[in-house]
Amino acid sequence: MSHAVVQRRVLDWAPAIAVFALGIAAWQGLVAAFHVQEFLLPKPSVIAQTFWDERGGLWDAGIYTFKEALGGFALGSGLGILFALLFAAYRPLGTAFMPFAVAANAIPIIAFAPIMNNWFGLLNIFSKMAIAAVLCFFPVLINTVRGLTSVDPRSIELMRSYAAGRGSVFRRVRIPASLPHLFAGLKIASVLSMIGAIVGEYFGGPINALGVTILNASAYTNFPLAWAGIVVASAFGILFYGSVALAERLTTSWDPSRRDFQTE
Amino acid sequence: MSATRPAVSIKSLSKSFKTGVTALTGIDLEVRPREFISLIGPSGCGKSTLLRIIGDLIEPSEGTVEVNGKPAHRARLDHDYGIVFQEAVLYDWRTVSKNIALPLELLKWSRDKRAARVRELLELVELEGFEDNHPWQLSGGMQQRVSIARALSFDPALLLMDEPFGALDEMTRERLNLELLRIWDASGSTIVFVTHSIPEAVFLSTRVVVMSARPGRIAGIVDVDLPQPRTGRTREEPRFFELVTQVRELLAAGGAEVT
Repeated sequence: MSHAVVQRRVLDWAPAIAVFALGIAAWQGLVAAFHVQEFLLPKPSVIAQTFWDERGGLWDAGIYTFKEALGGFALGSGLGILFALLFAAYRPLGTAFMPFAVAANAIPIIAFAPIMNNWFGLLNIFSKMAIAAVLCFFPVLINTVRGLTSVDPRSIELMRSYAAGRGSVFRRVRIPASLPHLFAGLKIASVLSMIGAIVGEYFGGPINALGVTILNASAYTNFPLAWAGIVVASAFGILFYGSVALAERLTTSWDPSRRDFQTE
Repeated sequence: MSATRPAVSIKSLSKSFKTGVTALTGIDLEVRPREFISLIGPSGCGKSTLLRIIGDLIEPSEGTVEVNGKPAHRARLDHDYGIVFQEAVLYDWRTVSKNIALPLELLKWSRDKRAARVRELLELVELEGFEDNHPWQLSGGMQQRVSIARALSFDPALLLMDEPFGALDEMTRERLNLELLRIWDASGSTIVFVTHSIPEAVFLSTRVVVMSARPGRIAGIVDVDLPQPRTGRTREEPRFFELVTQVRELLAAGGAEVT
């Protein structure tokens, strides 16, 4: 990246950074000015202090919960992609099953969290992975099927004119054309996997999990610690989403609808 | 290989769709090797359908189609033709070079052979220097040239073109017409070209096949006896205008509204 590009990037982000700083300052100022009680809303400075004092425990809890989210994301998205390929390759199967997938996607699946805890055991890491996986599965499946099947019919006609086989059409046309849709699904899934893991932990889990830490801190009116836990959860969520977005940028830089792939 | 074997031979062909629409009926046509044939007719006369039947992308309801002396299906599997659509239909995730090389990949050419052939084609369609660009970085005319290079990449005996310049502005279109004739001459292929521009059909072709509206039939065939090679001047010759008039009258007689 040239110096000019770096400078432009910094300028692009300047307004957002300013809004963030002003928001934190306003929070701090208003809580102090109106003497808001700590159990209602702690000052950012108090949350930061708590975060620093408890950093070891919070980091471990964050990593543990992120592992659950990552495992669920990998499992759910992997199965979603696999089924999407199956449904796109054998259309009758897709026609039979896709309406249920679309319907399932509209259900608040997170309500199944206690059932998963019951099936796999409260303290078993797999119970939270299963919740996250079920949450990730449907959006990835639906988006990928859409990407694989909504290919320009003339692209397929062209491949037929070259006597290309089905496998070749999938590999050379359908799969690359589906990547922008797939990533839209994966980005949704990355956020859902963190939500799934934490909400799963609210229904019970090991003491060193982030959701349990937040829940217990609230129960003992240690709200600065609860808030610090929320900050950690947010940081992991944003980082995860950001990594998927980065992977998208690297693999679909050709996508004309993205346009951040400009020639100098 | 006999010199007299037709490039395309269509016998008593008809096509009806499931919707009950009869798109084509009683089509008989022979295209000789090295000919440049235009199919012209009003919208919905089935000219694009006929082109797709020749390419075995659609099945006829009745009749037979042979390409290079074999059934159309066999000819498609043998890569006997290349096709160009109205839109360039390039793959966004492939660079210009890789779009052109796609048929060669399917034919399992080695990397070196592909690269050498792509260089030749880039020169042929005058796109040197754009090999690493992505399709959306090119103008419509340049995209269509990539599409033509791709269709020619494996040196097919027959080139099928479905209104390839229909979406381009008039100036680009006239330039690409001349370029296409140069490519036709250099590649030695036979071309079947669908258009609804009368001047374009007359300018490019050795014969113009005039079709009538639903159901599509051949209303007449006009031999274009303009001298080869055609140049920018060809469009100004009196004979050019006579032939344009002849095609227009055939279209009108076939029921087309000609303005």
